[in-house]
Amino acid sequence: MKQAYFIRRLVMFFVVVILAATLNFIIPRLAPGDPIGAVLEELRARGASTGGDAEDEIVAAYRARFGLDQPVYVQYLRFLTNTLRFDLGYSISYYPQKVEAALLRALPWTVGLLALSTLISFACGSFFGALMAWPRAPASVNRFVPFFMVLSAVPYYLLGLILLYIFAFVMRLLPLGGAYSSGTIPRLDLDFLLDVIRHGMLPALSIVLTSVGFWALGMRGVMVTVLGEDYLTLAEAKGLPDRRIFFGYAMRNALLPQVTALAIALGTVASGAVLVEVVFNYPGIGWLLYNALRSSDYYMVQGVTFCLILTVAVSVLVVDLIYPLLDPRIER
Amino acid sequence: MSQETALQVKNLRVSYMTGDQQVKAVDDVSFSLYPGERLGIVGESGSGKTTLAMALMRLHKPPAYIMGGEAILDGRDILSLGRDQMRQTRWSKLSLIPQGSMNSLNPVIKIKHQMADAIEAHERGWTRGQIAKHIGELLGRVGLPDSVAEMYPHELSGGMKQRVCIALAIILEPSVIIADEPTSALDVVVQRVVMQTLNDVQEQLNAAMIIIGHDMGLMAQSADRLAVMYAGKMVEVSPIASFFKDPQHPYSKLLISSLPSPEEKRELAGIPGSQPSLLDLPSGCAFHPRCPLVVERCTGEIPLLRDFSGDRRAACHLVEEQSS
Repeated sequence: MKQAYFIRRLVMFFVVVILAATLNFIIPRLAPGDPIGAVLEELRARGASTGGDAEDEIVAAYRARFGLDQPVYVQYLRFLTNTLRFDLGYSISYYPQKVEAALLRALPWTVGLLALSTLISFACGSFFGALMAWPRAPASVNRFVPFFMVLSAVPYYLLGLILLYIFAFVMRLLPLGGAYSSGTIPRLDLDFLLDVIRHGMLPALSIVLTSVGFWALGMRGVMVTVLGEDYLTLAEAKGLPDRRIFFGYAMRNALLPQVTALAIALGTVASGAVLVEVVFNYPGIGWLLYNALRSSDYYMVQGVTFCLILTVAVSVLVVDLIYPLLDPRIER
Repeated sequence: MSQETALQVKNLRVSYMTGDQQVKAVDDVSFSLYPGERLGIVGESGSGKTTLAMALMRLHKPPAYIMGGEAILDGRDILSLGRDQMRQTRWSKLSLIPQGSMNSLNPVIKIKHQMADAIEAHERGWTRGQIAKHIGELLGRVGLPDSVAEMYPHELSGGMKQRVCIALAIILEPSVIIADEPTSALDVVVQRVVMQTLNDVQEQLNAAMIIIGHDMGLMAQSADRLAVMYAGKMVEVSPIASFFKDPQHPYSKLLISSLPSPEEKRELAGIPGSQPSLLDLPSGCAFHPRCPLVVERCTGEIPLLRDFSGDRRAACHLVEEQSS
């Protein structure tokens, strides 16, 4: 029974990845514009010589270099096999850099910033949301949580701009952008870590502040339902301490639907936070995607989207595998 | 009766506050419960049975409030205990078999942990081994295999869940068990067996038990004494045999004549009318608009629950007049 469940989830995972890769191949090719043409346009705009008479030959050579001269199905098959080997090709605008190298360099920043701030807001939001529904909670909870609910109506990039203006531009407490001070070399020591935290503070804050309310609201709703359940009455009748009832019976059960939402949020967080990275000039996946889109860098766009889909699929897979541990009823 | 009581309830009043009105769900209820005794409480829906049970456990939730009265358990009034003392009293002296036992177990926690946390909450100083052994033994006593301890509620049938709730209720050997419609969610066959199990473990413990329900047949089989509630008041309390042989309160008489009997085939008599709204109780005896024997005194004066022949009590002017 258990094995069948695992195998089913794993098969689903691979089906999703291959489907995603296929869509990923089709969609950029539907968009107007030609990558080589775009580079030429850009060069011309800067007033550079684009090769004059030899231009057509150069273009043809580049098209051959990137495999764009092949029929579509050959491109597709080649793309699929390469993707599965995690060979995502060369970036067009940063040639000869490999796409996967750029991705691997950007990924830790995105994961570090976004996954961490999502987890923080999930934990805080769920906890405060649960407290809001709890009849013996301190009254102050009901006073400051609504404030976060108002904030959750503000787009995070807008809040990011406001925070940036106040704390970095006016008060000059925190840096204006980037992931670490320019000129420092990334290495593992305390100074660098503190520098990274200082840089991550504002983007993280803008995400946390705008999403805590969302988690709190969801949690409060589920919690109200759970508090009305018969097993809560029995837990109280058993003379359990409040703390045990709150965490072990009420929050424990109310968290289940929240965890599903967390999986989806973690997956989409990378793509959703493109704008945060752009606002804060943060060298993550979102920033990479933004630049790749601007320069019609097919391979980079494909690489980033594939990477994003992979994060959704991986986080859903992880939650699928963890969920039976949280809710034993799910395994059937 | 000179015997020591397990629980003595005096003038308990519980009200629901709705807007500016006060709905008296339990109105001046007094009764005593002796060790080893099973007291059945019957009444229509809304007569205050469950409110009474919840108030005794102090599990009533706003808008329900205890307006007055005492409940003496083990020499102390549990209605005036502090929060923490009440928490300690629950389960160790007073346990509950809940109404909806289908949903009374947490679906995501193993049975053994749901049983163990009741023990741990009361700091008995038991080791893990002792707790596990005790749980295994209790499950055996209610007729379940040891393996149930490792299961989740969704892996059990309705009857098995109810047995787990019974085992859970006696885990700390309380002196009083409140069973709120313990079998209402089960089919008739399972009902009998589960009720038998419940009676057996209660006898072994010599605990007093309050059985709340509206199944008169089940009461006749299990209860030693029967209390009838009507519109928040107790109208008759009698030993079970004399209650069925010779009910005193007109409401009790009508209740019994509405039961089918295998000996004589007769038209089943219902009780005309319906229970009054607690928001707008009739003057005098709350039952008088439906009572076939109503006299003028009933409309003006509220009858009190009085002893009339040794161990029997009724709240009716007619009974009072006959016996005096």
